[in-house]
Amino acid sequence: MQSLTRIFAVMHKEFLQMSRDRLTFAMISAIPLIQLLMFGYAINTDVRNLSAAYADEADTHLSRQLLADMATSQVIALNRRVASAAELIELLDSGQISIGIYLPDDFDRRVQQREREVGQILVDGSDSIILGVARQLTAIQVHFDSQLPMHAPNNVFEVRNYYNPERRSAVNIVPGLVGVILTMTMVLFTAVAIVREKERGNMELLINTPVKISELMLGKIIPYILIGLIQLVIIFALGWYFFQVPIRGSELDVLFASLIFIATNLALGLLFSTLAATQFQAMQMTFFFFLPSILLSGFMFPFDGMPQLAQNIAEALPLTHFNRLIRGIVLRGADMSSMRDEVLALVWFFIVALSLAILRFRKRLD
Amino acid sequence: MLPSTIAISAHGLTRKFGSLVAVNNVDLEVPTGRIYGFLGPNGSGKSTTIRMLCGLLLPSAGSATVLGKDTRKEAEALKQQIGYMTQRFSLFEDLTVKENLQFISEVYAVPRATRKTRVLELLSEFRLSDQIKQRAGTLSGGQRQRLALAAATLHKPKILLLDEPTSAVDPQSRRDFWETLFELADQGTTILVSTHYMDEAARCHSLAILDRGVKVADGTPRSLGENIDTTVIEVQAEDPNSARQSLAKEPEIFSITQLGIKLRVLIPKRIPDALQLVTANLQRASIKGVAAEVFPDLEDVFVAVTQLHTKQAA
Repeated sequence: MQSLTRIFAVMHKEFLQMSRDRLTFAMISAIPLIQLLMFGYAINTDVRNLSAAYADEADTHLSRQLLADMATSQVIALNRRVASAAELIELLDSGQISIGIYLPDDFDRRVQQREREVGQILVDGSDSIILGVARQLTAIQVHFDSQLPMHAPNNVFEVRNYYNPERRSAVNIVPGLVGVILTMTMVLFTAVAIVREKERGNMELLINTPVKISELMLGKIIPYILIGLIQLVIIFALGWYFFQVPIRGSELDVLFASLIFIATNLALGLLFSTLAATQFQAMQMTFFFFLPSILLSGFMFPFDGMPQLAQNIAEALPLTHFNRLIRGIVLRGADMSSMRDEVLALVWFFIVALSLAILRFRKRLD
Repeated sequence: MLPSTIAISAHGLTRKFGSLVAVNNVDLEVPTGRIYGFLGPNGSGKSTTIRMLCGLLLPSAGSATVLGKDTRKEAEALKQQIGYMTQRFSLFEDLTVKENLQFISEVYAVPRATRKTRVLELLSEFRLSDQIKQRAGTLSGGQRQRLALAAATLHKPKILLLDEPTSAVDPQSRRDFWETLFELADQGTTILVSTHYMDEAARCHSLAILDRGVKVADGTPRSLGENIDTTVIEVQAEDPNSARQSLAKEPEIFSITQLGIKLRVLIPKRIPDALQLVTANLQRASIKGVAAEVFPDLEDVFVAVTQLHTKQAA
């Protein structure tokens, strides 16, 4: 009973302080909003309207048809015509276009004979995403008016896109962003909230009261769990509003997975707070942890494409496991029980971090 | 004296921070219901001793018993009975006066029924009723100090440990503060207060003088003056400055302090006729003045014992 009173006392104080610290209050809602819009709109791996030019030396009905087909894909914006391949190279060199399409004057004959490629796509390959687009373009077929294609498709495999038929990266990014935002804010808020009391001298007062370590930590963690849940709702609401990202799995699973992840990050924040002496140090530690999380967790780059060492490091980051979990639930409609390993990994992180934090936190000054 | 009338006792209390010995082999005995002072300059180990007494720091050696409980083993049980006022203001600056006291009352689990009345009681007792809704960070030095003392006494502790409570406070607030301390002591609270003001130390029932971690003297302000190994001669000269220069040549005189037109001259008791030494010196230098032996005040004691300690250390 007394214990509950003390936990509520700490919680109440924490809420009061939070409501008075306008910056923190703003960060709670502004961080999800800004990051969501930034990542949703700016980090766009499905490229559209790449600037392109073409040199159509054949200038036949067939060649014009092919160019028109390419233009309708909207991947490239074919808005410049030049006379020769050399001019295309010039435009590429000067950076005015990313892709050049060259159709030689014997284009029709090449199409019919099919002994060699019919044309060339010149590409600025320094950007691997653009190179990938160029590869896609090579798969385009030559059509004749109202007829079946002249020849069987070159490609043996057909790509079928599940879960994200429109190939929009926002779909992948929004659930990933849940983890990124929660990692950043939860770890930072708790670490700073405790270190601030050390810095301001409040800790000396607190540890002289009968409040127990566990009560102090719970009282500090619970308000931030609520903050985490508010952020969760903000992210999904904005994701749905701006990018039409649906939640295919059960909302309860999303909530449960997020709660475990929030708790894990709060425990990490507590641990950092026991290591840092100043708010600045706490912030540095958070970013030291945040950077590999954002880069290696599969949020930025596909996990399977990373070298083994990076994969091993990524396995030791809670965000990696949460990303798999939340993407599974939100995008594939997966059941949480089918991803038990990821849940267990998060629970494991939580237990280890919290135990270390409680072990390190002493009700003494030395 | 019965053991139950000793509220705080320490034996060989020592605390090291790396190679620095902050508190060195300190013995203490503080009787119940008394105001006991720690007098010493900055870095003399006052704060460290207080922190060891409330269980915030573990002693490197020695032990301390507060209300019969070992501070090392029963620190948690003691928290309910100790009120501690930190040297630096440690209440929440972004909470209001009332919110701070409410928080403290909840943390000490004051029964819900009496919580509100206790907070209101303290607000009027410490003259903070007009500042109820003011944030603690915007209070004046004196108001902060009253709030801190209100918070430290909220749970009606038997022992109050006050670490330089008056360091950022104007003289009138200091006087009021000491009035409150005497009231609390009358009600049976044992108070241990550290200070570097002589006048405050003189108001304590008894005190210990600390210098670089060592307790160099203790007792009542009166007995400290009686027991020092020093004769104090007060010199009133027409030209105190030249008197001072002349007296400084005497090797036996180890301290001369000027107070207005008066000089306080400290001479070890082993010199048989201290007064004669001073008057002879002034006559030789043909300086007009009156010299008389006086009873040592606390400042004389402080200077005498710390200088002696310095000599012993060297």
